[in-house]
Amino acid sequence: MDQERIRNFSIIAHIDHGKSTLADRILELTDAVSSREMREQVLDTMELERERGITIKAQAVRVHWKGHELNLIDTPGHVDFTYEVSRSLQACEGALLVVDAAQGIEAQTLANAYLAIENDLEILPVVNKIDLPQADPEGTAEELADLVGESPERVLRISAKTGEGVADVLDAVVERVPAPRGEPGAPARALVFDSSYDQYRGVVAFVRVVDGSFRRRERLRAMAARTRFEAEELGFFSPTMRPTESLGTGEVGYVITGLKDVSRLRVGDTLTAEERPAEAPLPGYKDVKPMVFAGLYPTDSDDYPELRDALEKLKLNDAALFYEPETSQALGFGFRCGFLGLLHMEIVRERLEREFDLDLLVTAPNVAYRVTTPVGETIEVHSPAGMPAELERIEEPYIRASVIVPKEYVGSVMELCNERRGRYGSLEYLSESRVHLTYELPLAEVVLDFYDQLKSRTRGYASFDYDLAGFREADLARVDILVGGEPVDALSLIVHRASAYERGRALVERLREEIPRQMFDVAIQAAIGSRVIARETVKARRKDVLAKCYGGDITRKRKLLEKQKAGKRRMKQVGMVEVPQEAFLAVLNLGQEPRR
Amino acid sequence: MSPGGDGGRDGRGGGGVRHLYVHLPFCVHRCGYCDFVTLVGRASDHGRYVDALLAELEPERGALAPRLETIFVGGGTPTFTTASELERLLTALPAADEVTVEANPETVTPELALLLREHGVTRVSVGAQSFRPHLLTVLERRATPAAVRAAVYALRDVGFDNISLDLLYGIPGQSAADLERDLSDALALGPEHLSCYELEAKPGTRFTHTFGNELAHQAEAMEDYFEHVVDRLTGAGYRWYETANFCVDPEHVEGRDLRARHNLAYWRGRDYLGIGIGAVSTIRGRRWRTTPRLGTHLAALARGEAPSRELEPLPPSVKRRERVLLGLRLDEPLALRGLESAVDLAALGRLEELGLAAWTRGGDAGETVALTTRGRFLGGGVTAELLA
Repeated sequence: MDQERIRNFSIIAHIDHGKSTLADRILELTDAVSSREMREQVLDTMELERERGITIKAQAVRVHWKGHELNLIDTPGHVDFTYEVSRSLQACEGALLVVDAAQGIEAQTLANAYLAIENDLEILPVVNKIDLPQADPEGTAEELADLVGESPERVLRISAKTGEGVADVLDAVVERVPAPRGEPGAPARALVFDSSYDQYRGVVAFVRVVDGSFRRRERLRAMAARTRFEAEELGFFSPTMRPTESLGTGEVGYVITGLKDVSRLRVGDTLTAEERPAEAPLPGYKDVKPMVFAGLYPTDSDDYPELRDALEKLKLNDAALFYEPETSQALGFGFRCGFLGLLHMEIVRERLEREFDLDLLVTAPNVAYRVTTPVGETIEVHSPAGMPAELERIEEPYIRASVIVPKEYVGSVMELCNERRGRYGSLEYLSESRVHLTYELPLAEVVLDFYDQLKSRTRGYASFDYDLAGFREADLARVDILVGGEPVDALSLIVHRASAYERGRALVERLREEIPRQMFDVAIQAAIGSRVIARETVKARRKDVLAKCYGGDITRKRKLLEKQKAGKRRMKQVGMVEVPQEAFLAVLNLGQEPRR
Repeated sequence: MSPGGDGGRDGRGGGGVRHLYVHLPFCVHRCGYCDFVTLVGRASDHGRYVDALLAELEPERGALAPRLETIFVGGGTPTFTTASELERLLTALPAADEVTVEANPETVTPELALLLREHGVTRVSVGAQSFRPHLLTVLERRATPAAVRAAVYALRDVGFDNISLDLLYGIPGQSAADLERDLSDALALGPEHLSCYELEAKPGTRFTHTFGNELAHQAEAMEDYFEHVVDRLTGAGYRWYETANFCVDPEHVEGRDLRARHNLAYWRGRDYLGIGIGAVSTIRGRRWRTTPRLGTHLAALARGEAPSRELEPLPPSVKRRERVLLGLRLDEPLALRGLESAVDLAALGRLEELGLAAWTRGGDAGETVALTTRGRFLGGGVTAELLA
């Protein structure tokens, strides 16, 4: 296809603002999908994605409209995948910024809009859901126009549900989105903006050809990873896989690599041809690092091998997932896993439970800490247990939080942010009634229950997004929980010194309720180093007798005792104290309420 | 005090069993909390049942020692059995040093007391349970507090000098003051022996159905009742010789050992023969239980057949475990010789450290273990811990 007639664009929108529906309409309208094939939200493949209304993996679909080749590049919609979003946007020249006419601009819309602006994309503002009775298309159009610096008349007004205005959107893509630049004669370069894993064909890379062209069977090289492979197949999606002999400058498609390990071809890398390699990779590659960590343990320790296999398989499709074996004296064998963020963690957990049918125990999440030891060495700590006793200083990751909220809730949001050690950034009126607030917050305060609190204190109206803002020194302490004088590794926490007492107290109280009485008093303590900050006691039982035992009772009493004995074996032993597995479950769930 | 390690002796050779249990299942009424093998009324069956008992005993006589040490006639309510049939049974039973009969207070008339006294009974165990009318109502007991006293007086009048009273504690609605008054009332009768049981909600009983939740609720409030019972009775000069049993301390009765010898035999792991429906026997490494079904039982024995029995093998390892769990109920040290494999010595060390068990190494009896007072209050958990 003539480079001048190619248009690469994506749709960016807040969850539920209608991105997938719009994509479906575009496919229908361009006859890419027959109505027989049509099912809702064609682009989202995974069951989980459809159910949660979010998109995890980007894909690209090629359609034709009035003599032009349009490549629709789907983007993930959440902050945890910001890096992936930015890669997807880098593959485009334009973006449809879709906003729900009834909801207005949300924090994610802003974040993604800024990303699009940073990537120098032509932004086409679109107000969706104009058919809804509570829609305010004009007000929303003004907000949008203001955000992208357009006149309100240029804002497209559509209903993806009914199809109204969708043809205008396609016309606008052709008219307003620039054709891809790039040198057809230069050494080939393609940006890997996403990848997925197929168990038979290995890693499938989604690419945007920037310069030159790629041919089937050509020897290729991933420049950052220094991985070499042969392009077993090239093609594009329309919307199913269509192999081709080559991909030319400006085109979007896939490359089947045959690689058996996703970590050998990461998103953001540049592909080039071995025969005539490019001198420099495309800019912007970075190695994404997990920021949120948690221990994952099978509730039934017999399931450990299944969990290991499941993580291995997930990792094939999710290069950002990190895991390493971890042993806890309280929980047995499991894995310490690293995630890009909370949503990523939730998704991994749900996939493990749903697709692999595992019953999991997830420890309270913590962030990655940067610790300087007394000898001046800097280490990264991923778990409370790994925090060294002797240290010079600790740094913790901060985020820039962006909250959009109706003005009457500004006070509640500021209060919450202040409670969470937030530093005020800015306050800006998006419209008369809606305010955009920014704060800098320690990520650790956000992973706990920030999002739930934000939602509950604003009756669900607040929208929230964040990006990482680097590491800062903090006054943190490791709180250990001791049962009968023995530390319980799985329950240790790293918290800010100011909230150590409160958190320790809550854990200790909960444990007292959960640990059954023993034959001796059991002290439950929260301590920082050797200093006890909270203490409870499970009082010893005063009687435990098998009341009556004569000639006819002996067998039954013996069996009762054997049963009692077997019950003891199922207990987790912490020093001399027997703790039922359920106690750990209950306590861990305390800091573990479902959140999104 | 003799160490309790002589259980194996009975097992050697034929004719060594020295303890006989006889079950008389009939009752005037089945109390809500009872899960024993009992039958209400059935006066017309009493004669046939005694026939069956004697028929069941006959082929077993060879297993019995020439002179029995103890016989225990339990129930049901043995004294509810038609007097002439009870008399026929007592006459036909072999002689023994200790013959105990269980009695419900309302059945103990002067005539019955005399009948027991004249037919070799040496000891009567009276099922008092409580002296508080409202608690007796909860338990569905027929006897009034006055009837309990009258029964004891009737037994005293004919010369019984070994009377045991059964008491229950932890009854729904029982206050600490109620318990104290029950203990005082019982002590006022000067019984030689007392058995005090915590009321258990046994699965499947009417009582559990009605009071199960209440029992669970009050468990914590009544947690110290057991301690109170032990304090009160030992304070009154009784020896807490077994988890639930007390007898007048020998020093108050010129050295008389008033422990229930029959029950001691169980706790020391001796062999015993049980006859009657639902009765259990343990002889030479085998345990069996006679069918609990009256009809089946009577019919089989009437036809001259052996009673239907459910057999449970008792391999030596199981027997050793039982020796430990039973022996630890007593206030005398348990000799560990021969039982080493049934005991987790590491656990024993921990329990000793916690002040729950005393482990004596060496001495005449060799290694022994005994539970401390606190250890005995926690006997169930301690034993579960101790068993290998």
